[in-house]
Amino acid sequence: MTTRPPDTLTRRPPTLITKEYRTLSRIAGPLVFVERIQGVAYGEIVEITGPDGEVRLGQVLEVNQRLGVVQVFAGTSGLDLARTRVRFTGDVARLDVSLSMLGRALNGSGQPIDGGPPIIPETSLDINGLPINPSVRTHPSEFIQTGVSAIDGLNTLTRGQKLPIFSGAGLPASELAAQIASQAQVSAEEGAGEPGNRVDIASASLRPRAPAQFAVVFAAIGITHRETSFFIDQFRAGGAMDRTVLFVNRADDPTIERLLTPRAALTAAEYLAFTHDRHVLVILTDMTNYCEALREIAAAREEVPGRRGYPGYMYSDLASLYERAGRIRGQAGSVTQLVILTMPDDDITHPIPDLTGYITEGQIVLSRDLHRKGIYPPIDVLPSLSRLMNAGIGEGKTRADHRAVADQLYALYAQGRDLRRLVAIIGEAALSAEDRRVLAFAERFEAEFIGQGAVNRSIEETLSLAWELFAPVPAGSLKRIPTKFIQKYHRGKGNYEETRK
Amino acid sequence: MSEWGGRKGTLVRIAGPVVGAAGLDEVRLHDVVRVGEVGLIGEVIRLAGGLTTIQVYEDTNGLKVGEPVVGTGSPLVAELGPGLLGRVYDGLQRPLEDLAAVTGNFLERGVAASALPLERRWLFTPRVKIGQRVEPGDVLGVVPESQTIEHRVMVPPNAHGRVAAAYEGEFTVREPVIVIELEGNGQTHRREITLSQKWPVRQPRPYRNKLDPDRPLITGTRIIDTFFPVARGGAAIIPGGFGTGKTVTEHSLARWSEADVVVYVGCGERGNEMTEVLEEFPTLEDPRHGAPLMARTILIANTSNMPVAAREASIYTGVTMAEYYRDMGYDVMLLADSTSRWGEALREISGRLEEMPGEEGYPAYLAARLSEFYERSGRVVCLGGPLPQPSASQGEGVGGGSRTGSVTVVGAVSPPGGDFSEPMTQNSLRAVGTFWALDYDLSRRRHFPSINWTRSYTLYNLREWYAAEAAPDWNDLMREAMALLQREVELLEIVQLVGPDALAESQRAVLAIARMLREDFLQQSAYHDIDRFCPLPKAYWMLHAILEFHHLATTALEAGISLERISALPVVAEIARMKERPVAEAEEDLKELAERIKAEFESLAHDHSTP
Repeated sequence: MTTRPPDTLTRRPPTLITKEYRTLSRIAGPLVFVERIQGVAYGEIVEITGPDGEVRLGQVLEVNQRLGVVQVFAGTSGLDLARTRVRFTGDVARLDVSLSMLGRALNGSGQPIDGGPPIIPETSLDINGLPINPSVRTHPSEFIQTGVSAIDGLNTLTRGQKLPIFSGAGLPASELAAQIASQAQVSAEEGAGEPGNRVDIASASLRPRAPAQFAVVFAAIGITHRETSFFIDQFRAGGAMDRTVLFVNRADDPTIERLLTPRAALTAAEYLAFTHDRHVLVILTDMTNYCEALREIAAAREEVPGRRGYPGYMYSDLASLYERAGRIRGQAGSVTQLVILTMPDDDITHPIPDLTGYITEGQIVLSRDLHRKGIYPPIDVLPSLSRLMNAGIGEGKTRADHRAVADQLYALYAQGRDLRRLVAIIGEAALSAEDRRVLAFAERFEAEFIGQGAVNRSIEETLSLAWELFAPVPAGSLKRIPTKFIQKYHRGKGNYEETRK
Repeated sequence: MSEWGGRKGTLVRIAGPVVGAAGLDEVRLHDVVRVGEVGLIGEVIRLAGGLTTIQVYEDTNGLKVGEPVVGTGSPLVAELGPGLLGRVYDGLQRPLEDLAAVTGNFLERGVAASALPLERRWLFTPRVKIGQRVEPGDVLGVVPESQTIEHRVMVPPNAHGRVAAAYEGEFTVREPVIVIELEGNGQTHRREITLSQKWPVRQPRPYRNKLDPDRPLITGTRIIDTFFPVARGGAAIIPGGFGTGKTVTEHSLARWSEADVVVYVGCGERGNEMTEVLEEFPTLEDPRHGAPLMARTILIANTSNMPVAAREASIYTGVTMAEYYRDMGYDVMLLADSTSRWGEALREISGRLEEMPGEEGYPAYLAARLSEFYERSGRVVCLGGPLPQPSASQGEGVGGGSRTGSVTVVGAVSPPGGDFSEPMTQNSLRAVGTFWALDYDLSRRRHFPSINWTRSYTLYNLREWYAAEAAPDWNDLMREAMALLQREVELLEIVQLVGPDALAESQRAVLAIARMLREDFLQQSAYHDIDRFCPLPKAYWMLHAILEFHHLATTALEAGISLERISALPVVAEIARMKERPVAEAEEDLKELAERIKAEFESLAHDHSTP
C-alpha cells in the first residue's frame, strides 16, 4: 500500500485514497483520454501502468466532468485501451532536493542515473515553483567575470541575470557555455568575501558554511550523447563536478520528459540558492528541444496554433522558466541562467529565439561568418546585448571607463562593418585615411578582441586591449569617450605624430 | 463561503486559466467569482446554457471538478483613494509589498489584500460648506497624499445633493468624512462619503467633454519633443523588436515627463526591470518639483511569469487609476510595457474558449479592444466644478467653472521578429496619434533612442503651441533639420552605389551636417547624468547651433573654402559635447557657442580672402 512510487517526482501520502481507472477511450500522440473520472485535479501527476506492467508518469492537462486528458512523459508507445491502468496520485510534480545532489547526475525527471544511492531528500518541492514577488527582488548589479572579452567588455553578465546564447547548428555554443561556467567559477572563488556575498548573521549561524559558494546546475534537454559527455568531461576536468548537479534528458529519452527537465533543474537551483545560499549558475541546453516538445503536446491536443505551429502560450510558458532567475532581498544566494538555444536556419526572428529574447535580459548571438573565419568564440557583438550591463559595471565594479569604452568599440566596429560592405562594391582605394583606419580597427577587433580563443581574460586585460585597439584612432574620433578617460588611457601615438606634421 | 452572498455553483471543466462552472444562475457577464476551495479570483467571460465560463486570475493547478464557485455580485473593481501613489501592485491591484508580508518571497494563491492602506490616517480638509449643493465630480475636500500631489476627494458619480456634514481631521480611507443628503425619487437619504471609492475597471470613468489635443506633453527626450511630440491626452505607441530599447525609452518617459502622475504598467515583462524602477525611482528627483519620482508614480507589476489572465486585467486596472487622478484635474501619463503581452493574454484566453481565430491566432475583437483602450486617453473637462479655494490651482486651464485633466497613454509593442506588419502594431496604429518606430539597425549601432526618424510620425498638430510657447521659429528649425536628415538618406543611397567620391562637396557637407544632427542631437543617453533629461530650451539651442553651423558652412563652401577646413574647426568638437552641458546653464552656454561658431567662420573667411 505504501510502496514508494517509482519516481522521485511523485510523493503520495500513504493515507490518501488513490483512484485507479481502466477507462481509457483514446490514445493520441503523447496524450491519453480517461473517461468517467471523479475528483481529479488539474495539473495532477498520474501513474500509467501499461499492459507490460511498466509504470510511466503523466500529468493532467485538462479535466471535465466526463473526461481527463493526460500527457504521458515517457510517451504512449505500448499502451492500449483495454488493459492500461491510470492512477491519479492526488499531487503535483515534485522533486526531492538536498544538498547531497551536488556532484550527482539525474535523469530528466530527477532520478539518479549515475549508479549512486538515491538522494535522501531534505524536502520535496513542486517543480513548477512560484513566481518571485517582484517587490522583493533586488536588481542584479554584481559583475560576473566570465573571462570572455566579448561578454565582459561589451555584454556584461551579472548575478541573477538570464542570458541566452543564440547559436546555430554546428556553432560552438557548448564550448562557450562550458568555458563560461568554469571561468566564472574561478573568479567567483577569488572574489569570495566581497560585499555582495555577506549573509545575515541569523541564517549563517544556522548553517555553518563558507560565504556564498558557487554551484552549477546543468540541464541537458534533448541533447546528444556526444554533447552530454562533452559537458561532463569539462566539469570533471575543471574539478567542478562536486559542485554541479546534472539533469540529463538525452536526445533518445522521451520527448515529453523535456517539459519537466528545466523545471526540475530550476527547482534544484532555487533550493541551492535560497536555502543554501549558493550562487547558482544554471545552464539550460538546448531550449529549442524544449519548445519542440511543447509544440508536440499542443499539436496532440489540437490547439489553435500560433506562429509556425508553436502554441500561443509559448511566451508565458518560457517566461515561467526564465523568470526563475534572480536575486532576492536579504538572501545571499542567486540564480543566474545561461540558456543555449539553436536558431533554426540561423533565423533570429524564429519564434524560439524571438520569444526568448523578449523575456531574457539580453542575448549573446553567435555568428557563422566569424566561425568560418576561425574566430573563437564567434560572438557577433552587434546584435548581442546585456540589459543589465549598466548596473554591473563602472567604478568599484569593473572600471570607470567601461561604459564609454564599450560604446566606442561598438560604434567603431559598426562603422567598420559598414565600410567593409562599401569596400566590396567600390574597392578600398576610394576610402579616406580615416575610413581605412576604422577598417583596420574592425579587423583587429575581430581577430584579437573577440577571437581570444580558450583564454581566461580578466576585465582589466579586456579594457587594456580595447585601449590598445583605440591607439591608432585619433582622439577626436573617439566621440563616445569623455575627455578625462581619453587623457588617462589614450596612447594615440600615430595620431599625435600625424597632427604634428 | 456565504459571505459573498452569491449562489454556489460547481466546477465542471478546467483547462489552464479557463474553467467552466455549472449552477451559477444569477451571475452577470464580467462578474467576479471565487473559484475552488482556495477562493481563486476569476471573472465571468461567457454565459451559455447553464455553463458559465470563467477566466481565473491565478494559477489553476490542483483545482478539481466539483469544487465550489461563488459569485461576488460585483464586477472587477479598482479601489481608488489616497495611498495609491508610490505603491506597487499586481494586475488585480493587490499591493505586492503586503503580499510579501503574508506569503514571503514567492507569490502564493488565493491571498486577498486591500489596495489602500487601511490603518493609515490621512489629514482631510473639507472644501465645502454645510448645506452647499454638490454634483458628481465636485471636490469635497483635500488630502496631502504626497509631496507633489494633493488628493482631491470627489463626489462619486450619481450622487446629487446637499452637504449635510463635513468633518475635518485625520481619517482612514474607510471612515466617513462628508455626509451628503441625496435627492431623488421625492425622498432624501443620507450618503456617507469616505476617502476611497470603487470603480469597475472595464468601464471608462465619466467626464464632461473631451478637448482637442493642442499642447504637447514634454518628455525630456529630444527626438520626441522636437520631431514627434505626443499631445497631452494623446496616445502613442513604441513598437520595436527585442533589444531596440522599448523599456529604456518607457523608463525615460516615466522619469522625466512633465506629468503630474505616472502610472507604469509592467504587463508581462521582466521582474528585474520592475525592480530597477522600484530601486531607482525613490532616489531620483522629479525635475519640476524636486520630490522623489516615486511620489508621483504608481507601479503595476504583473511580470511574465505571473498568471496570464491578470495580465489582461492589469492594463484596465492601470487606466482606471490614471482616469481617477485625471478627474482630480491632473495630467497623467499611463505607460504600458508591453501591450503585446496583453494581446497574447487575450489570444490565449480566446484559444482556450475555442473561439474562431482571426489574424495570427488573435481573436477577431482584438482591434475593438485596442481602440477601446486607447480611447480612454484624452484631455477632458472633468465632472464637477472648478477647484474650490483656498487650494492653489495646479491643473492647467482651470477657470470658467471647470477644471481639466488628461490621460496620455504610451504603449510599448513587441512585434514578433521586429516585423511591424503584425496585428498588434497595425491595429494599435489605427488607434493612436503618435508612432515612434524603433529600429534594429540603429540599436545595433548603439544609436539610442533608436527611434527611426523616417518611419515615425505624429498626427497631433502642435505647431501653434510650439511657436507660441517654445520659440517663434521653432517649426522652421524642425522642418529644416528634418529636410537635412531626409536628404542624407537619399545621398547615402548614392554613396552605397558609387562611393563617396561621386558626391559634390556641397553634398558631402550635407552628409557631415546630418551626421552631426544624428550623433550630436538625436542620440541621447538615458544613463548620462545630464543628457538623460533635456528640457525644450536646451533642445532648441542645440539644434539652433547645429543649423547655424550648417548655414555658415554653406556660405563658406560657396566662397571656396574646403569642407576639410570647415570640419577641422574647433567648434565641431564643442558641438559634439553640447549634450553634456548642465541644464541650468545650457541656454546661455549654447547661445554663446552660436556666437563662437560665427566668429570661427568669420576668421576662416578672413584667412581665406587674405592668403
